[in-house]
Amino acid sequence: MDLVFKLLPEAVPYWLRVGLAGAVCAVVLITLMALGPIAYVYVETKLAGFMQDRIGPKRVGPHGLLQTVADALKLMFKEAIYPAGADKMLFILAPCLVVIGAFLSFVVLPFGSHLQTVDLNVGLFYVIAVSSISTVGLIMAGWASNNKYALFGAMRSAAQIVSYEIPAVMVVLTVVTLVGSLSLQDIVRGQQGGLPHWFLFRYFPLMPVAFLIFFTAGLAECNRTPFDIPEAESELVAGFHTEYSGFFFAMFFLAEYTEMFVVSVVASVLFLGGWWAPVPVLQEIPLGDISIGLGPLWLVAKAWFLVFVMMWLRWTLPRLRVDQLMYVAWKVLLPIAMVLVVAVGGLVLWRPTANGFPWDRWVGWPLTSVLFAYLAYMIVAAQRWSRRRAREMAA
Amino acid sequence: MATDLQGGYGWRVDELDTDEMILNMGPQHPSTHGVLRIELRTDGEIVRAARPHIGYLHRCFEKHAESVDYPGVIPYTDRMDYVASMGNSLGYALAVEKLMGIEVSPYVQTIRVIMAELQRIASHCIAVGTYGMDIGAFTPFLHLLRDREKILDLFEWTCGARLLYNYNWVGGVSHDVPEGFVKACRQFLREFDAITYPEMIDLLIKNKIFIKRTAAIGVCSPELAVSYDLTGPNLRGSGPPRDLRRDEPYLGYENYEFDVVVGEGKFGPRGSCFDRNWVRALEMKESAKILHQAVDRLEKMERADVHEKVPKRVKPAKGEIYGRSEAPRGQLGYYIVADGTGVNPYRVKVKSPCFTAMSIFHVLAKGMMIADIIALIGSLDVVLGEIDR
Amino acid sequence: MDAAAIHARLKDRFGDKLVAFQAEGLQPWAVVAPDAIAEVAAFAKSDPALAFDNLMCLSAVDYPKEDPPRMEIVYHLFSYEHRHTFVLKVHLPREAAHLPTVERTWPVANWHEREAFDLFGIVFDGHSDLRRILLPDDWIGHPLRKDWVDPDFYNGMHVKPTEQMAERAMAGEKIGVGPFDVTPPNRHVEE
Repeated sequence: MDLVFKLLPEAVPYWLRVGLAGAVCAVVLITLMALGPIAYVYVETKLAGFMQDRIGPKRVGPHGLLQTVADALKLMFKEAIYPAGADKMLFILAPCLVVIGAFLSFVVLPFGSHLQTVDLNVGLFYVIAVSSISTVGLIMAGWASNNKYALFGAMRSAAQIVSYEIPAVMVVLTVVTLVGSLSLQDIVRGQQGGLPHWFLFRYFPLMPVAFLIFFTAGLAECNRTPFDIPEAESELVAGFHTEYSGFFFAMFFLAEYTEMFVVSVVASVLFLGGWWAPVPVLQEIPLGDISIGLGPLWLVAKAWFLVFVMMWLRWTLPRLRVDQLMYVAWKVLLPIAMVLVVAVGGLVLWRPTANGFPWDRWVGWPLTSVLFAYLAYMIVAAQRWSRRRAREMAA
Repeated sequence: MATDLQGGYGWRVDELDTDEMILNMGPQHPSTHGVLRIELRTDGEIVRAARPHIGYLHRCFEKHAESVDYPGVIPYTDRMDYVASMGNSLGYALAVEKLMGIEVSPYVQTIRVIMAELQRIASHCIAVGTYGMDIGAFTPFLHLLRDREKILDLFEWTCGARLLYNYNWVGGVSHDVPEGFVKACRQFLREFDAITYPEMIDLLIKNKIFIKRTAAIGVCSPELAVSYDLTGPNLRGSGPPRDLRRDEPYLGYENYEFDVVVGEGKFGPRGSCFDRNWVRALEMKESAKILHQAVDRLEKMERADVHEKVPKRVKPAKGEIYGRSEAPRGQLGYYIVADGTGVNPYRVKVKSPCFTAMSIFHVLAKGMMIADIIALIGSLDVVLGEIDR
Repeated sequence: MDAAAIHARLKDRFGDKLVAFQAEGLQPWAVVAPDAIAEVAAFAKSDPALAFDNLMCLSAVDYPKEDPPRMEIVYHLFSYEHRHTFVLKVHLPREAAHLPTVERTWPVANWHEREAFDLFGIVFDGHSDLRRILLPDDWIGHPLRKDWVDPDFYNGMHVKPTEQMAERAMAGEKIGVGPFDVTPPNRHVEE
């Protein structure tokens, strides 16, 4: 936003310059980010088809590429049904709140070294606070529908999101102790230097566990399987958005996929190095005098990879029951997160590991290499086993 | 005659305590397996009482059976348990053959065994697959359906129909197996044994979350199961190794080697939802074993006329019989009364295994959470066509 | 135990409550007097030599043309312990038929007896929840009886299509009831 502000001529009054800068940034962001779910829905359906040994959409457009566009158009033209007895105002307000909660986080996400709308010095805090607005929208949706199933879904969702916020925030604290600042740009700059400096690989194995906890809690925030109890299709028909049809349903859908992307971007910023490339030489493409920075592409690539993992988990795992879900949040993730906060904080303050290096050199990297070697061995063994079975089958 | 509606419409709102609520899992619901209405009286998520209401799919099978002749009843029997039709018509054909004293040739017997076991695998594919889908695992359902498609292709090749076959006739079968059937069957079994079955076990049955969801709920003791006349995988999941193919063999089942799968209580109490599902999953493997043997046997036999013993007119003498057979969902019983005068049966009463399985529902459902209700219905493997007839 | 031995044991205990015994045929049966069926059932389950712990099927059959006209309830019993089967029958008059329930002995009889009541009109005394099970709750009559005649209307819908219906429909008359024509009363709320 600063860039746009500076580009506008001085003659324009201050308030107008600020307003225009904000408006331009908002339009750009919303356009770019609203195009995301179109791609995600297509990828999800194609991925589901691939995992389920079928093809997925293939008729609408070449290879089914226009399927989501067709779905979006259909939803927009569908009749928006208002159930009798529904609280009209809350019924319409609920999807708006959910979408707002999902999109507001984009303001502080750093897409490049200068490509951030506003570099708040409490950026991380802002993201966490703002993503809770969707929860209010969800509860409103369940209540306003005048439907017992929707109410069930809303209550479950409220309990789930509130419970999983806590381990997520604790784990975010560990990252903040490593950097010393809540600003997202500072967190990204702290991971300068390539793959080994990413927070995912510091203080091995503490930070990977932190990443896993954050990712799991993020899955629960988005109501994705295995935590999709609020919208459990086979139990509650469609949970809190049972009574919504047409455009309102499209808004819930949009908000869910946008939220997935936001959680993935935040996870990438916190743990996977933000807009830094894994190898410094790939950070920019030099073209004579100007060099094109590839920062945004790296961040989006990492975020898309995490979104892919979320989709992968959805089509593999069954869903947890509500009390099992709560058990995981309060009795498993929270104690581990608390232990992590204390441990990482202690390691940061302890003089010998204050710079992080001795731990990484003597404990972290050996452990990492052992684990990676084990992973490689498992992959090779699985390959050989499946090849042997294919040979048996052909016999 | 006036009928007495003793609470026929369900609980009244003023009967409830202040913290209870009536939740209606109505006739249209994604995972009640058919049109079933369950009224739940819940305290939040915990169910205090459950009342199933059936009859939405009642098609007056028993009345129709009195107005068509004996072979004409067979298409009606197909439509009861529409997921596993071969078993229904087999049970009826066996009962009428016993009543008339007809013995079919070993060739026809082997064909019937092959069709019955293929149908058992196909039916359990749906049972286990939809159960996984109800729990939330969407993918194993499609993998299992892929194999069910292969079986249905085999059926279509033989008799022209994919779902409702009219195949087992009184005295024989409707179509002989085509040339190359044995090879196609072996190909299917090879793929099933190598890919589908192990993947299903790894992906669904051994999945930690699946076990957590199902292994501690819906526990049914053997005495309760027997007193509520649970049969088939529902009974074997609780422990008793009762299988009609082993206890009172028909169609030459005594010549085939197979194990009777019993719930073992590996991950929780014996007789839980997991155990009933476990029995179904492992029974697929046993059916594949039987199929291997039956197909080998069929290959060595020379072709015979499958309509050899089919009578021109099925007119049994006066008498009655209760014939039982092991359908994929349990013990299917036909009580046929013949009055000796006409070509129509006097009375055909069907005891379908899902009818009695559904009657135990309100006992097992007390104290569960709503998510577990879905798991319970899926583990009992009910098909409403069979319950309502 | 074979059928004759089972019958002998029951006869020992209940004497002339066991009205008749049909020994020939594929599945021999014994006829029990209607008022004694509950005790016979309880004995059949609890006696260690008989041990009929499973009621396989409970059917009702209508014999209007027999002499005397009667309805029968047929109980098919099975013992998991001894692996023997037996058939009990009860003969009832066709009008106002009622007999004690065997629900206390075999809980599965609950639904079977509801079905017999629903389709035949036989009342089971002592049943905990005797109401219709397969047919709609406001259906009039008991269809599986041999003298059943389909009604003309049910809740405003034609039950039997007539030949003239097609012609009348083509002429523009409204035949049948559509989903928006009738609002069924909400029976969960007191009016």
